[in-house]
Amino acid sequence: MNQRHKYQSAFLAAFPNTLPILTGFAFLGFAYGLLMSANGYGPIWSFLMSSIAFCGSMQFVAVTLLTSPFAPLQALYMALMVNARHLFYGLSMLEKYKGIGKVKPFLIYVLCDETFSIVNSKEPPEGVDRAAFYFFVSFLDYFYWVTASTLGGLFGSAIQFNTKGLDFVLTALFIVIFLEQWMEGKNHFSAVTGIACSIICLMLFGTGNFIIPSMLLILFVLSLYRKFRKGDIPSCT
Amino acid sequence: MYLTPIQALIIIFAIALGTMLTRFLPFLLFPEKKTPPAYITYLGKVLPSAIIGLLVVYCLKGVSFLSFPHGMPEAAAVLSILFLHIWKRNTLLSIAGGTIVYMVMVQFVFI
Repeated sequence: MNQRHKYQSAFLAAFPNTLPILTGFAFLGFAYGLLMSANGYGPIWSFLMSSIAFCGSMQFVAVTLLTSPFAPLQALYMALMVNARHLFYGLSMLEKYKGIGKVKPFLIYVLCDETFSIVNSKEPPEGVDRAAFYFFVSFLDYFYWVTASTLGGLFGSAIQFNTKGLDFVLTALFIVIFLEQWMEGKNHFSAVTGIACSIICLMLFGTGNFIIPSMLLILFVLSLYRKFRKGDIPSCT
Repeated sequence: MYLTPIQALIIIFAIALGTMLTRFLPFLLFPEKKTPPAYITYLGKVLPSAIIGLLVVYCLKGVSFLSFPHGMPEAAAVLSILFLHIWKRNTLLSIAGGTIVYMVMVQFVFI
């Protein structure tokens, strides 16, 4: 297989998987660029933040940081807390990204929620290069976000059509991936644990602070499960 | 701009540093050459579906059942996704269908 064909087939396999993310990021990235502009940070700043930090929801939080007295340590701390869930993505991708080669640092750099949900649940089709497939999924998502947020800064105020509710596309993406995992696996302990622990922590800690307690509770329950379940644990969903 | 360009850049780099620590840490702690402990391998197997569950709850966290519209648009959208996905099992169709139902609900039905 020649090089060109290798990349072409990987791109063609990757692109359809990123369509929901294209829709969601086009909308949310645009909204982000617009919000930045409205706060005095033009398209170049949206471009810099999106391309360097690339962290979706944290970037919205960061608008507040950019419009308050200079507090870099607070920014670092908030980024760690808001993005702590990435620790779980890394743990889940250790095996899949093993031996993937030179692109690995880039794949890790841009491992956001949406990219994780695709690279974790989709295998490249027969005959498609793994590294190239994961690269294109990751790169396209990154490209959509950076481009949309820059364009939002440039033209945001000129767009006038009713997009209310369009951001639901990313929620829908996660729900469908959840369903897919559910339909594929036989053991649903982990999936139920994820939903139940998150809802419990959401009720106990409120919308602003429930992610980290949820992660800890999930870890705790899954560790107990490993301890008390005898024998080999089948692939869990 | 509220901050000076240099200050704004420092904020961007601070956020990037925090974010990248969370993304790179697992790979730095468990490099390819060493076999990770069995517990970590176990977590790598069971965590994905738990996290996707967490992400679903995270996306729906703002839904209030007590005040109007009582989570009705979200419920309608989630049910359409369930129905479409069990019926056709086509990822893009389910996502597009659910999103359109949600948009119709928030723009025309529950205003």
